[in-house]
Amino acid sequence: MSGTGAPLLEVTDLAKHYPITGGRTLRAVDGVSFTLGAGEVLGIVGESGSGKTTLGRTVLRLTAASAGTIRFRGEEITDYSRRRMRPVRRHMQLVFQDPYASLNPRMSVEQILAIPLQVHEPGLKRAERRDRIEAVLSTVGLFPEAASRYPHEFSGGQRQRVGIARALICNPALLVADEPVSALDVSVQAQVVNLLLDLRQRLGLAILFIAHDLAVVGLISDRVAVMYLGRIVEIAETTTLFARPRHPYTEALFSAVPDIGGRHDRILLQGDIPSPVSPPSGCPFRTRCPYAEAACAEALPPLVERAPGHFAACRRPELTLSSPLSPQPVSRFAADA
Amino acid sequence: MSAAAPLGSALPAPARGARRPALRRFMRHRLAMFGLAAIVILVVACAIGPYLSPYGPLTIDLRHRFQPPFLGPHLLGTDQLGRDLLVRLLLAGRISLTVGFAAMGLSTVFGVIVGLAAGFYGGWAGTALMRFVDAVLCFPQIFLLLTLAALVSPGVLTITLIVALTSWMEVARVVEGQIRSLRERDFAVAAEAIGVSDTHLMLRELLPNVMAPIVVAATLTVARAILLESYASYLGYGIQPPTPSWGNMLNNAQEYLTSAPWLAIVPGIVITLAVTGFNFLGDGLRDALDPRLDIHR
Amino acid sequence: MSDVLTVTDLAVRFTGEGGIVDAVEGVSFALKERETLAIVGESSSGKSVTALALMRLLGGPPNCVVRGQVTLRRQDGERLELLSLPEARMASIRGRDIGMIFQEPMTSLNPVQRVGAQIAEGLHAHERLSARAASDRAVSLLGHVGIPEPALRARAYPHQLSGGMRQRAMIAMALACRPRVLIADEPTTALDVTIQAQILELIRALQKETGMSVIFITHNLGVVAEVADRVLVMYAGQVVEDAPVATLLGRPLMPYSAGLIASVPRLDDVRRRGGRLAAIPGNVPDPRARPAGCTFHPRCAHARPDPCEAARPALEAAAPDHAVRCARWREIAA
Repeated sequence: MSGTGAPLLEVTDLAKHYPITGGRTLRAVDGVSFTLGAGEVLGIVGESGSGKTTLGRTVLRLTAASAGTIRFRGEEITDYSRRRMRPVRRHMQLVFQDPYASLNPRMSVEQILAIPLQVHEPGLKRAERRDRIEAVLSTVGLFPEAASRYPHEFSGGQRQRVGIARALICNPALLVADEPVSALDVSVQAQVVNLLLDLRQRLGLAILFIAHDLAVVGLISDRVAVMYLGRIVEIAETTTLFARPRHPYTEALFSAVPDIGGRHDRILLQGDIPSPVSPPSGCPFRTRCPYAEAACAEALPPLVERAPGHFAACRRPELTLSSPLSPQPVSRFAADA
Repeated sequence: MSAAAPLGSALPAPARGARRPALRRFMRHRLAMFGLAAIVILVVACAIGPYLSPYGPLTIDLRHRFQPPFLGPHLLGTDQLGRDLLVRLLLAGRISLTVGFAAMGLSTVFGVIVGLAAGFYGGWAGTALMRFVDAVLCFPQIFLLLTLAALVSPGVLTITLIVALTSWMEVARVVEGQIRSLRERDFAVAAEAIGVSDTHLMLRELLPNVMAPIVVAATLTVARAILLESYASYLGYGIQPPTPSWGNMLNNAQEYLTSAPWLAIVPGIVITLAVTGFNFLGDGLRDALDPRLDIHR
Repeated sequence: MSDVLTVTDLAVRFTGEGGIVDAVEGVSFALKERETLAIVGESSSGKSVTALALMRLLGGPPNCVVRGQVTLRRQDGERLELLSLPEARMASIRGRDIGMIFQEPMTSLNPVQRVGAQIAEGLHAHERLSARAASDRAVSLLGHVGIPEPALRARAYPHQLSGGMRQRAMIAMALACRPRVLIADEPTTALDVTIQAQILELIRALQKETGMSVIFITHNLGVVAEVADRVLVMYAGQVVEDAPVATLLGRPLMPYSAGLIASVPRLDDVRRRGGRLAAIPGNVPDPRARPAGCTFHPRCAHARPDPCEAARPALEAAAPDHAVRCARWREIAA
């Protein structure tokens, strides 16, 4: 999947710091590096405050990076001005979590979808524009009549489809999907997940899939990066990560997911995620880690390749961490099925 | 796409006209309706009233000098030269209301531009701009007005400009604050992610969402502009006689305060009516347009 | 085991600018002692309105009409009809006999009052403790719900606590007077999974310790599997299935419940990466324009014009402890 030659997106040592009162800084994203090939799906998971949303916005240059570089389609766009970014934007798009807040309520769907075309393909004739709008609506599973309606006439799932249509209408190469299903009803979530699976297959889209739901991420991603306090603490191929997590935080995250199969023994993490303003010394996870030792407080563990393509930032590689897949979880309800 | 949601005629009809609740709230606001009525009556009377009167504004009726209201041929009485007070009042109203509306228009446009630029671009330029606004706000408005009026020759145009120059800051402040927070909202980020131009982002996405506070501020600005013009004219720095304005009518009435008090009372009542009318209207609009009161999403 | 709370034919109708909305129609259930009853549903299913109605926390007529019967059996055996109780009496029931926690504790905690003082206030009102004793109890309660340094946190304002801590403080407040029933309305929805796991564990432990009954309202079937003894599935204002958790998750009878269960992504879906989820087509119906007949029929793969579109099916007993609202459940199960 991760094609030949230069990757579509190459992020190196990216950081986003916000100055806050008292002369301190909030390190929302710190030292993040990864690559994304054309047509590849990289899942980003982590709790709130892990910096995953900021990462997505910084990669899209919607907020300026504090350090590091972003290369997109071979171009280094880190320091592009707003004006220079404009032509690049058609190739990189964003889907939001909240389909209510991200669509302008005063515009019809047709007007909403026409804006990207007006900006990036101003030569388009009226009829051609109509055709494109109709085509993208059918791509996301909406009927052409939807064009003349306003956002408030749609349900959440349909609005999310409109949001996806807006992102897709100029055929981008990269989609940053920021929690695209977490605001939707359960029965509708599955529809939108299926739509995204479909789109990546048909359109060869690369997706940065930001979510807190590990099950959805597992279903859709080729690789998964786990973030904690602004840093990637583990990154690997999806199946490898699920089969053999190599960072205690990943293990804990898996373990906390409530399973429809019923109660299971879990690793209960202690306490809350620390403040990114004053992260712990050494390993940022050590304050909640069940395997922490005194030495963990000394230095920040680097992201080290423990197996081919499997990186983890933990100074205790000898740990055998439990996976959500093996041993096969024994369902307390299986007998009834 | 087995999961495509069929979206045909089965869509629920939208149950709300987006602005209807606001309109209904406004209609229920008693004081605002009173204010609106007062303003409409004043504007209509000033516009057509003078044509219906048998007296001209400068017609001197020496037989009826100092006629008190309701006690002679002149409905609201006459002044020291026997000029009809009602006609002068309505003509003065044309000037005062024009100054009020024009100053409101100018100050709103200027305030919106400053607020929009400062809120949108932010950074040190935005900060500098807003600190300047704060600095201007620190001067007592009337002092600023009188200083400026002393430096330029008074007239309708100059007094309008002066009043506008001293009342744009409120609007700028309101717009700047709103724009700064709206920029962070998803729909604005979405437009930015598409790569729309700054002008599109400002005018088509952000500004429509600030219209409500702008309208409220503008209404209150009219009231203040009328009052300011009256101050200035009363003190002799504003509209100069023989052009009548509510302010200089008061100025003129000073000498006869004991012998012909209606010369001061009548314009005074009209000024009060206009100013409270606009203030009530502004309050009503503020209550009606406040999205926090809107229980619908 | 005896019933602590019995709800019979509860109905809630809202009349507003948008028209008439029957938010809840004919909901009946009995909550047993020490039982955890999960009410599961999507948006506009009526699950939260049910809870608010039985706490009498909805507005009054003409905009909101609540009908039906809610019977609370108190510790001393006294039976109370909550819907016809005078408001002053009801206020003394809330917090003492029935505690409630919400999705966003920030909205139900007073932002300008210290956390400890808010808990102490409830104790003072319901249990007539002295101010000193109440504030000592508040601190010990905060410690009991797993808040580190409770004496310190008792003096904090709600916004100074993290989301998880606030939810713990809410639980401490709801449980301060040892209510017999706890109503938890999406208590973990706004929290991260790791914190959610902590809160679920806490509620479970407290239930074991105090013997209270819990009504747990959620949209998350994973959470249901973790906490519930019995499950009420609601759709479009009605109960569509009522069964013990193992039966419901293992052998659901109503196609909606089955669809909902199948559409939940699971961690082991990673084994079939790229595969589709079994989604329920269509959308949750608008509460102002619900379909005639079975409200689920437009989205149901098993729907037939007759009987599904003809009439609203009744809630039928498929087994002694299993009720289902589906006209075709026998054929579908076969």
